[in-house]
Amino acid sequence: MMAFEGLTSRLQQVFGKLRGKGKLTEDDVNEALREVRLALLEADVNFKVVKQFVAKVKERAIGQEVQKSFTPGMVVIDIVNKELTDLMGGTQSKLVRNNKPPTVIMMVGLQGAGKTTTSGKLAKWLQKQNHRPLLAAGDIYRPAAIKQLQILGEQIKVPVFSLGDQISPIEIARQALQHAKQHGHDYLIIDTAGRLHIDEQLMDELQQVREAVQPDETLLVVDAMTGQDAVNVAESFHQQLALSGVVLTKLDGDTRGGAALSVKAVTDCPIKFAATGEKIDALEPFHPERMASRILGMGDMLSLIEKAQAGIDADKAAEMERKLRKAEFTFDDFLDQMEQMKKLGPLDQILDMLPGMGQMKGMKDMRVNEKQMARTEAIVKSMTKQEKGNPELLNLSRRKRIAAGSGTTLQEVNRFIKQFDDMRKMMKQLMGSSGKPGKGLKNIKNMFGKGMKFPF
Amino acid sequence: MSFFQRLKDSIKQKTEAITGKFVAGLSKTSSAFVSQVSDLFSRRKKIDEDFYEELEEILISADVGVHTVLQLIEDLRKEVRVQRIEEPAKLQPVLSELIMKLMRNEQSLSLKQSDSGLTIYLFVGVNGVGKTTTIGKLAHYLKSQGKSVMMAAGDTFRAGAIEQLEVWGERVGVEVIKQQSGADPAAVMYDAVHAAKNRNVDVLLCDTAGRLQNKSNLMDELNKVFRVIQREVPDAPHEVLLVLDATTGQNALSQAKLFGEKSGVSGLVLTKLDGTAKGGIVIAIRNELKLPVKFVGLGEKMDDLQPFDAEQFVHALFSQMNDEDEVADK
Repeated sequence: MMAFEGLTSRLQQVFGKLRGKGKLTEDDVNEALREVRLALLEADVNFKVVKQFVAKVKERAIGQEVQKSFTPGMVVIDIVNKELTDLMGGTQSKLVRNNKPPTVIMMVGLQGAGKTTTSGKLAKWLQKQNHRPLLAAGDIYRPAAIKQLQILGEQIKVPVFSLGDQISPIEIARQALQHAKQHGHDYLIIDTAGRLHIDEQLMDELQQVREAVQPDETLLVVDAMTGQDAVNVAESFHQQLALSGVVLTKLDGDTRGGAALSVKAVTDCPIKFAATGEKIDALEPFHPERMASRILGMGDMLSLIEKAQAGIDADKAAEMERKLRKAEFTFDDFLDQMEQMKKLGPLDQILDMLPGMGQMKGMKDMRVNEKQMARTEAIVKSMTKQEKGNPELLNLSRRKRIAAGSGTTLQEVNRFIKQFDDMRKMMKQLMGSSGKPGKGLKNIKNMFGKGMKFPF
Repeated sequence: MSFFQRLKDSIKQKTEAITGKFVAGLSKTSSAFVSQVSDLFSRRKKIDEDFYEELEEILISADVGVHTVLQLIEDLRKEVRVQRIEEPAKLQPVLSELIMKLMRNEQSLSLKQSDSGLTIYLFVGVNGVGKTTTIGKLAHYLKSQGKSVMMAAGDTFRAGAIEQLEVWGERVGVEVIKQQSGADPAAVMYDAVHAAKNRNVDVLLCDTAGRLQNKSNLMDELNKVFRVIQREVPDAPHEVLLVLDATTGQNALSQAKLFGEKSGVSGLVLTKLDGTAKGGIVIAIRNELKLPVKFVGLGEKMDDLQPFDAEQFVHALFSQMNDEDEVADK
């Protein structure tokens, strides 16, 4: 019922029916685009934005490129992905910096979007880049909002400017700016109370704050789970306050985050940051191209690649790839790989980033938990040096010894060795050394795309 | 008697004040939504594919949710065939009735109460939906009905959350049971249940930290809170209310499902319905998960929390249309 299948698998279904047809007709493309439309609507992209978008994709899809291709599904996805990335703003956008410090950043948004938390996170982020931010507590309405900012400030050791909840936010902002200037802060982050975009009185107040401190950045904080109303909210805030950017929060949830697209489309403001966790340092610069695949339910390949690059030794990876290609992959290498994997973070988080991981048959078995990994490690470590380098050596008596040595059972050892063998075979095919890849493997390969050489 | 006439009559018996509040709170919702719908029904001369597509878009724009919209449209098509409707204008009441049927409740809307002694309500939801505020408002609501109320500050994670609930406690005049920030929320609940029993309180309202439904460790923590309450008072919690932000899109379905699995959600509170958000996801949740809406938050004031009433909801949603209907009748 709520299985939001990725667009990839849906399109594969559509085009699967067409296999052997030779040529795509306009109707075929239309059917595919219906799926695109539904996927975007299910991701909460505003329906008007969807309509324009689908029209644009159609124009390109009906052209030559799709019809000529043997894998029309992938070509359509590619077009959709490119257009979507385009619409999202193409490349990453940076925070403005005023030549005459302090740079003033005003945080605005609806109630509960996460302004106060984001203010704290942003301060932490700036601090990490060797800046000296000051936080200003401008939410005088919500009970304990000031206290919340003060606690956050204490945690990250960033001063918080507050005049209590009896002084107007305009005055607080003005004095905070003075304070920042006098105390040599190069960034001032002004937290404001959440408000409805249709609340004239409160919106007026924000305009006055804006006039008083002339912020360099006015950032709209948007909950990534927002539905169709995102366009109304963003449009209204933008009209009244001339936004300069957007922060997308709660992106660590399982929402597809179509609101990002809607907000970008109506305001044309870049999304500058994404909040991705409960911890105070869980704020990242926003990558539009990654959001595109997320909205389409295609996983976050690029983040994974980047994570892998940061965590994996490049030389080792190259060596590994060579070994895989030649099927020289040994238990030693396996252990090595496991160490590398661990550096990437929790396994399920990594797997979540892979597209289609949930649907793939047999991949469920790969969802080993960390405990299982430790047992596997024990098995490998109970092998002799020779055995590790030469998997063929493992006869029954050796296996029995390994089971005893690792505190596991013979069955477990057997199962693992079988998995290892399978993996070796699969890797060999995946890396495209020889022979025809299997049916399932072809899909995996397609998804990984060209040039994607991830050793697992 | 027309559908709207019946609806109206049934509402007349209810207090005008509450209806007024509903209409005021929902005015932005209804004016935008209804004018679109009315426009569609009056402008279109034929019931054709374009008509259905436009209707589909209007419903989707209200966050009703793709699956439910497709189903509604399908039902509507069926009605059109069966009743041999040809003019779009006549389709309008049919649509309203379909939504009404979805939203109307067989179960009782009022909150379940303990047969003997202490009643416990647990509030769950993602971050920033308004759990603490809702608890404050509900404490006020229950107190005004003559109940003795206590609140448990179970959000020990978010900075300032305990203080926020304390401010509400002072405002409403209700005691708050708390521990220090960072404490085990299950321990807070244990304390609170015992304090509530000792002091012979009627209702204990339990706050919890906002958490995203896909964080399994946090969801397990919530499950522990749920089990502690269950263990201390066997038939408790009497209600587990999932607080939903009306601006939330399709993700609300995932919230309702996963929170339901870990904490046995029994009903919904829909907050921030005084914005332009349509809150249509409620219809989808009702349709797909059978979870009833029990309360709606219609503003920032202490008494802006109202028991949900499907008839009033639909009435307010279609109020403008209703008037036009009458004009047309004359």
